[in-house]
Amino acid sequence: MELILLLFIFVLAAFLGFELIAKVPSQLHTPLMSGSNAISGITVVGAILAVNSSVGGLSAWLGFIAIILATINVVGGYLVTNRMLGMFKKKDR
Amino acid sequence: MEPLIFVNLSYIAAAILFIFGIKMLGKADTAKRGNLISACGMALAILVTLFSKGLDYKLVFAALIIGSSIGFIAAKRVQMTGMPELVALFNGFGGLASLLVGWAEFHRAACPGDLVTHLSGGEIAVFTAAVTVLAVLIGGITFTGSIYAWGKLSGKLGGRALTFPAQKLVNGLIALGIIVIGIIFSLAPNAEFAYALMIILILLSLALGALAVMPIGGGDMPVVISLLNACSGLAACAAGFVISNNVLVVAGCLVGASGLILTVIMCKAMNRTLGNVLFSGFGASAQSSGGESTGELKPVSTEDAYYILEAAKNVIVIPGYGMAVAQAQHAVKELGELLEENGAEVRFAIHPVAGRMPGHMNVLLAEADVPYEQLVEMDDVNPTIEMVDVAIVIGANDVVNPAAADDESSPIYGMPIINAHKAKTTFCLKRGKGAGFSGLENQLFTAPNTRMLYGDAKATVTGLVAQFKDS
Repeated sequence: MELILLLFIFVLAAFLGFELIAKVPSQLHTPLMSGSNAISGITVVGAILAVNSSVGGLSAWLGFIAIILATINVVGGYLVTNRMLGMFKKKDR
Repeated sequence: MEPLIFVNLSYIAAAILFIFGIKMLGKADTAKRGNLISACGMALAILVTLFSKGLDYKLVFAALIIGSSIGFIAAKRVQMTGMPELVALFNGFGGLASLLVGWAEFHRAACPGDLVTHLSGGEIAVFTAAVTVLAVLIGGITFTGSIYAWGKLSGKLGGRALTFPAQKLVNGLIALGIIVIGIIFSLAPNAEFAYALMIILILLSLALGALAVMPIGGGDMPVVISLLNACSGLAACAAGFVISNNVLVVAGCLVGASGLILTVIMCKAMNRTLGNVLFSGFGASAQSSGGESTGELKPVSTEDAYYILEAAKNVIVIPGYGMAVAQAQHAVKELGELLEENGAEVRFAIHPVAGRMPGHMNVLLAEADVPYEQLVEMDDVNPTIEMVDVAIVIGANDVVNPAAADDESSPIYGMPIINAHKAKTTFCLKRGKGAGFSGLENQLFTAPNTRMLYGDAKATVTGLVAQFKDS
């Protein structure tokens, strides 16, 4: 049952994703991409769980590296997007 | 409240924040807030996960701190011109992380020697095995694909499409191998040989990622980058299925879907199918037909160019990757201001696939403080291009190549272009006389109303600026 539920969520999220992005002006494509790229770092949650539930051993270390990589993705992604968006200004004269 | 329910409710809240964040990122006025909201969602998801269980605090916090520091420094240091590479690199890390999560989960279930299991009780279900395969496969392809793209974009691996004999055959065989091994693994995840299969699968996925990006030319990078972005989302999503975690599934899927949409938009902007971009090895071979030059290249000095610009009342600037390479955006902005003071209307016409990632030119011009009202899209410029006195093409090539409109034998035939050749006068800033990134001849350069300004784009534009200031 849990599986079906997850699949259900998956399908709905896919449609939602398509709807959200369908009409975005091209000037925002780069921030949108790097912003959503940061979201894909959500896998950090999975990595933390992987470390949590292992006691030492290879999977803990795999999880450890995964956390580092995913955190780079998350932190770097959000900051870079923020920097970029800070540059988009309206004409002020 | 029961802890597990609390965790899941928080995940739902995080998912809602992501959705609002992405929605607000799609509008110029709210984009910055949207990014913050989505970051809040991420922080919430991470914090809740941290406090949900007994933790190996040392390991987790050490990793979080190392990762944050590297991400922080990279994001602060990067030049705006280096943005495509950095996004590709981050993207690759996300993909590799998903691969490792899949592997770690499998290792835990397969080698009960060092595990305290909380999810699967040792026996791996077929479905779990199948999604593990997907997480590893997509994550692996995303990783090496992104790293290869990063190498191409930063010039470390050469930007051209690289092909070798029987390349498609090799890629096809690897893909076939992955499918076969993936199916065997999924059906018998508890068998003794399963671990060996997992390792082979990881290696093959990593190989396929690099090999798949290898034959794709630099001009097609916007498509590749957004596709890899979608892949990293899907990899996270697959990892979510592996550990039955709803926030991974939702967030990963949102990213996957939005990345795919962007990819489709990019493909449409080049009037090509995704398959054509990925598999044609476009730009590797020299052009076989068409494009023979029917005229002379007419160089012009900055002084003469200045006199023409000085009289112009309606100017458009068409930037391309060359502007990014030459870091000319600030000089270009200054020239634009001087032209405006001189009474001309100045607009920047941006082709959807100009540069190396979607929206690349917009970011650069924004960095140089060009107000975004001045940036116009291809479809807004083309109908009135005949009224334009001077079109200044800066380091762009394919996106203004008239062959796309009228030469059926051209590989880029059918791609929508900015009709710079229809402007009264066209200046082309170009480093040398060679063909462009895609290796195609461009008839715009030999058109009767075109004047070539050779040299580094930044130096040329600075020269023009100096002419204006001296007079």
